[in-house]
Amino acid sequence: MSGSLLSGSGWSGVLAAVAIAWPAANAAAEPLIIESWRNDDLVIWQDQIIPAFNAQHPDIEVVFAPSAPAEYNAALNAKLEAGTAGDLITCRPFDASLALFVAGHLESLNGLAGLENFSDVAKSAWVTDDGSTVFCLPMASVIHGFIYNKEAFEELGLSEPTTVSEFNAVLDALKEDGSYAPISMGTADQWESATMGFQNIGPNYWNGEAGRLALISGDGHLTDAAYVDAFKALAAWKPYLPRGFEAQSYPDSQNLFSLGRAAIYPAGSWDISVFNSQAFFEMGAFPPPVPAGQDTCYISDHTDIALAVNATSTQKAAARTFLEWMTTAEFADIYSNALPGFFSLSNHSVTLEDPLANDFLSWRGECESTIRNSYQILSRGEPNLENQLWNVSAQVINGTLTPEQAAAEAQAGLANWYPPQQ
Amino acid sequence: MSQPVRRRRKRFPFHIVVFLAPATLVYTVFMVYPLADSLRLSLFAPGEAGREIFVGIANYLTLLTDPLWSDRFWGALKNNFVFFVIHMLVQNPIGLLLAALLSSRVLPGRNTYRTLIFTPTMLSVVIIGFVWQLILSPLWGVAEDLMGLVWLDGLFAPWLGLEGSALITLALISVWQFVGIPMMLIYAALLSIPDDLIDAATVDGANHYQVFWRIKLPLIWPTIGIVSILTFVGNFNAFDLIYAVKGALAGPNFSTDIMGTLFYRTFFGFQLQLGNPTMGATVATLMFLIILLGVMIYFFIVQRRLQRYEL
Repeated sequence: MSGSLLSGSGWSGVLAAVAIAWPAANAAAEPLIIESWRNDDLVIWQDQIIPAFNAQHPDIEVVFAPSAPAEYNAALNAKLEAGTAGDLITCRPFDASLALFVAGHLESLNGLAGLENFSDVAKSAWVTDDGSTVFCLPMASVIHGFIYNKEAFEELGLSEPTTVSEFNAVLDALKEDGSYAPISMGTADQWESATMGFQNIGPNYWNGEAGRLALISGDGHLTDAAYVDAFKALAAWKPYLPRGFEAQSYPDSQNLFSLGRAAIYPAGSWDISVFNSQAFFEMGAFPPPVPAGQDTCYISDHTDIALAVNATSTQKAAARTFLEWMTTAEFADIYSNALPGFFSLSNHSVTLEDPLANDFLSWRGECESTIRNSYQILSRGEPNLENQLWNVSAQVINGTLTPEQAAAEAQAGLANWYPPQQ
Repeated sequence: MSQPVRRRRKRFPFHIVVFLAPATLVYTVFMVYPLADSLRLSLFAPGEAGREIFVGIANYLTLLTDPLWSDRFWGALKNNFVFFVIHMLVQNPIGLLLAALLSSRVLPGRNTYRTLIFTPTMLSVVIIGFVWQLILSPLWGVAEDLMGLVWLDGLFAPWLGLEGSALITLALISVWQFVGIPMMLIYAALLSIPDDLIDAATVDGANHYQVFWRIKLPLIWPTIGIVSILTFVGNFNAFDLIYAVKGALAGPNFSTDIMGTLFYRTFFGFQLQLGNPTMGATVATLMFLIILLGVMIYFFIVQRRLQRYEL
């Protein structure tokens, strides 16, 4: 017997509502409440970002009130419907936020002072389809690549691989030595396989933006050789994953690497701050290796996070003041340095003190940037392409689907609802 | 001699209304109304500009016949039955066995056992999920080492991550957590059997097994029936353990997807998938109907055949 679903979720909803109402009821002047899924960043907001803002605007109290990442979208939607959401809303990229704007939950930010500090690419994840209205202020992007244990590489005389064949040679050497798991990744959480695997190495196969836009226009298909090859490259990882990787979760993968028991970690740049505080060995990073005979490298430089004003907020003026401050070089500098691995999307040039984060950032100059191919437009229908990629990527690594089957399944799902692919 | 009957108008029994009102009001506001409203919602679909349009039973047809939805629906229903069957075959017999052992007067330390076995029931499902994930982890779990003590470590596998075993493993974790409930209910029923009956049977020459099978078991069948129906309702409402361990996408390849996780994904959305309240209401209504059907089968077919004894 298990607890009942309906009564369970009902109570958590009530508790969440109480938790939100509580600070508002107690404070003399109502504070600005920021909704976010970045609960890892609570300390940084409390100790660095909000004090820096208050140094200029002492009269505006700001409270950072994050919820768990996996529950954020559902919780936020429920709170917006009920009118209990905070004044500032952290935006997921693309359709999730666009839907909130269309439903009238977010304010238009057109005319916000400082918006000119952001390029069109930076804003692309948070504008209406016709490009006329911006509704979230871009904060940061994340970059995919591989973080490796430098000491392990030195011990075995290995160097950073730049091509797929070099990458495979490094993996073979690590496997032969046997003291480190070559790659620290598991398939239990599914998203790891898709995001850290498929979307990490994939842009090199489908030529970044060109391939991504071809999928949207209908000129390219997921059954094309590029995508099958990306799945093949992913399937080749299986022998190099830790034993029992089928039940290995994301925190397991992080711990295995930060404990020094694995040599290479397929990373999102957001992992940098976790590893900086947990790993006691020197780390390096290399971009996704390129397939044989390819000169240009492509990286996933994914617009990830932005901030919007709740349309029903009672303090829109204060909220806009906060957003205007966020367009300044001061915020870009504090944010990028406080959160190494989240790279500011503004045009201000920022100096990063963290060497690992600097490695990631430097790839923007060497490689072509793109974003995850399932995020813009292609995850609007049923079945959801992003969810499908999670499922098939994990299955490709588990060996329960061949790369061809995985590509065919994803394409069939897309063709089911997306006219250009029919 | 008959007296003429003076018909006196009975006063309206206001006290009954007063006594019924609190429960009726609370149930209506918090149970009946939301249930009726989700039934209503399941007959609509999102239209232009956030308005909902009436579509009749179109949502149900989509959910049950469109391969895109029906694969997930029938898969979740099948998994849910597997989940339920494992509880019926493992949790309830073990609960019965434990209750029988605990009610015997010769077992020393039975109060301690009773408390220990019931303890997991009172823990949060999230904690249970986390603890078992750690125990069964192929990286740092103790399961493999413990199996090694009895030379069985060769049989160890990452059960929670394999398509063939993930659901069974989760069901067994749930059994481990909730076995205390059938145990306590059956234990209470066993205690209420008068000693005279057992003494009489013993005098007539019945041994322990005969006493259990011929005297005790027939007397506790109604309790076992109640336990079964509680298990059924609980399992078809289950959600939390799967969500805590495998997430809303219930991998690998939806092998642990049950009605509760399907409902959650559909209603609230997941990652880039936006929530679909009307379709979610359809799933919720079908969950309600399945549970209603099961409970009706129990009450009209099973319950009537159960013989009750006046003790």
